[in-house]
Amino acid sequence: MTGARGKSPGTAASGMLSSPDGRDGDVLVRVENLVKHFPVRGGGLISRTVGQVQAVDGVSLTLRRGTTLGLVGETGCGKSTLARCIAGLIPVTAGRVIFDGREITNLSRRAMQPVRREIQMIFQDPFGSLNPRRRVGSIIGDPFAVHKTATGAERKRAVQELMERVGLNPEHYNRFPAEFSGGQRQRIGIARALALRPKLIIADEPVSALDVSIQAQILNLLADLQDDYGLSYLFIAHDLEVVRHVSNQVLVMYLGKVAETGPRDPVYDSPRHPYTTALLSAAPAADPETAARRQRIILTGDVPSPIDPPAGCRFHPRCPKAQDLCGRQEPVLEAKPGDQDTHLTACHFPVDAGEDLTRPRARETA
Amino acid sequence: MSSVTELEFQAQAAESAPEQAIEGRSQWQLTWRRLRHDKVAVGSGVVILVMVALAIAAPAFAALTGHGPTQQFNSGTALNGIPVGPGRAFWLGADEQGRDLFVRILYGARVSLFVGIVTTAIGAAIGVAAGLTAGYFGGWVDTVLARFVDAVLAFPYIVLALALAVVLGPSLPVVMGIITFFSWAGIARIVRGQTLSIKEKEYIEAARSVGASSWRIMFVDIMPNLLGPVLVLATLYIPTAIVFEATLSFLGLGVQPPTPSWGNLLSGAESYYNVAWWYLVFPALALFITTLAFNLLGDGIRDAMDPRTERIFAAGRGRRRRDREAASAGAAPKDAYGLTGQAGGI
Repeated sequence: MTGARGKSPGTAASGMLSSPDGRDGDVLVRVENLVKHFPVRGGGLISRTVGQVQAVDGVSLTLRRGTTLGLVGETGCGKSTLARCIAGLIPVTAGRVIFDGREITNLSRRAMQPVRREIQMIFQDPFGSLNPRRRVGSIIGDPFAVHKTATGAERKRAVQELMERVGLNPEHYNRFPAEFSGGQRQRIGIARALALRPKLIIADEPVSALDVSIQAQILNLLADLQDDYGLSYLFIAHDLEVVRHVSNQVLVMYLGKVAETGPRDPVYDSPRHPYTTALLSAAPAADPETAARRQRIILTGDVPSPIDPPAGCRFHPRCPKAQDLCGRQEPVLEAKPGDQDTHLTACHFPVDAGEDLTRPRARETA
Repeated sequence: MSSVTELEFQAQAAESAPEQAIEGRSQWQLTWRRLRHDKVAVGSGVVILVMVALAIAAPAFAALTGHGPTQQFNSGTALNGIPVGPGRAFWLGADEQGRDLFVRILYGARVSLFVGIVTTAIGAAIGVAAGLTAGYFGGWVDTVLARFVDAVLAFPYIVLALALAVVLGPSLPVVMGIITFFSWAGIARIVRGQTLSIKEKEYIEAARSVGASSWRIMFVDIMPNLLGPVLVLATLYIPTAIVFEATLSFLGLGVQPPTPSWGNLLSGAESYYNVAWWYLVFPALALFITTLAFNLLGDGIRDAMDPRTERIFAAGRGRRRRDREAASAGAAPKDAYGLTGQAGGI
């Protein structure tokens, strides 16, 4: 989000998705071919695995220090699963997660403990993410208690400083979460995430449950905190405008795979993947003139089941540009001709600037 | 970005808005407030407190009347051997051995309340630990514990209790052990279900992302959310335990005479109630009132914990006001009163 405010420590354009050697000094998080499958068990007395939900299927990404990577996609595309894998909350099926030069894939709880201080999460639901039976001071002080970094009066002082930092009244230390509004609760969640001074904050749809005016407050708070503490964010959202506002890099996911990724501006201004194009055309525009001029691309059908994803390109059953090849061969995530080498698209037939995708797909794939 | 500056303006305006002075209430405060308005529950609570006070003060009453709980008095029986009825000397009458029934009932209350409260407390502690473990860890731990709970609940417990009491010899510790063994399983089952639902909440994931251990999550994050249901359940288990103890004592397998308990008092009354009604009625009344009070209090707590009951009470008050108006106009209020409670039998 610093990019949007012009104070970014790492510039968006310098982002490389992968470097062949291990020298990645300013890379904080590197995810390589991460796969997460959930087994689907049949009913009956003795359950056996009858299928796999391919929630995340071979995703790679890079997050540089002090920058924000925006993760976009529809519900069920695997954004949250990816976030939980990176945070070490669920075990990974395959692939690697490298955080700050250390591999943290599938560490035990004990081995993960020092890493936990450096990776924190902000959750989507400001009501569900705070224990209704615990006082705010106790919730925000939880990280101190777990990591035994501060006790007693020291902890209380630290918690109250945090509350003040995120814009809460420190005198409300002894209140219960139910006594706060949605925005205030999200600030409590942010204070908890901030307590251990992490390097990375994974924000899983942190503003999608909030009013628009409150969203702006929270986004500004996150931007200020990034400036002050040099935080890196993995920012998950389905609101494209929010992602554009906060991100340096953007990654678009569809059904567990990366559809398109790159620096924010190229992805937003000249999307190459038909899915990205369709998503952008569906986002409401603030300016009525733009809205009137814009052509909506209506996708047909639903997102296929991740238990049995389509062969070839996973987007091909809904794609307005799909051809025979798309159903047979999976496209490689690569830089397309004319793009920056950091702007990668997984598509056999990338969208050209000014191309009209609004026509219904011609069924000529005989 | 023009829309964002607009939003920022709104945000600042919202932030500078004055703080609303609303007194915060915790869940427990709200529950207490609703409970206070429930006359039946308050009345039941008072009955229980009086009963506890009488039980504690039993030696004082023994001193006051001059009758020990196991002391026999010649004045307690008539020449033909029939016990004397309620009067100045024996407030609630005497039994066939000339002992003071009132003092014996009070001492019996000590046994009943002690057994009821202690076995339920131990059973609740075991039930919470087992249910929490099964629900939180799942997998084979859950399978083993849940099947064991099912087995305990499926057992014909009066038969097993009788067998155990015969094998181990009737005594108070054995009775309490048997009652505890049969009381934890129901609580464990409820706690397991609650734990299964609570552990999917986002705040549990938040605790894990902070690095909290399983112990910490179970006892700091999940357990406070279980206290409500467990409190209700425990209040409803106390009368069951009291009745269970009375049943075993009645059958001669619980507290042994001459130590009085409500169960063995009733057992003694069996052959005399046609000539000495008080011998049967007063111990039975003590048992009935106590179990009813615990049941009604438990119902009241359960209702008070349910936020939807606020409206029911409000509607009730409105209805009573209408009834008063109708009564003053000469019409009889058409009201139906329902009395609920567990049947005395086990």
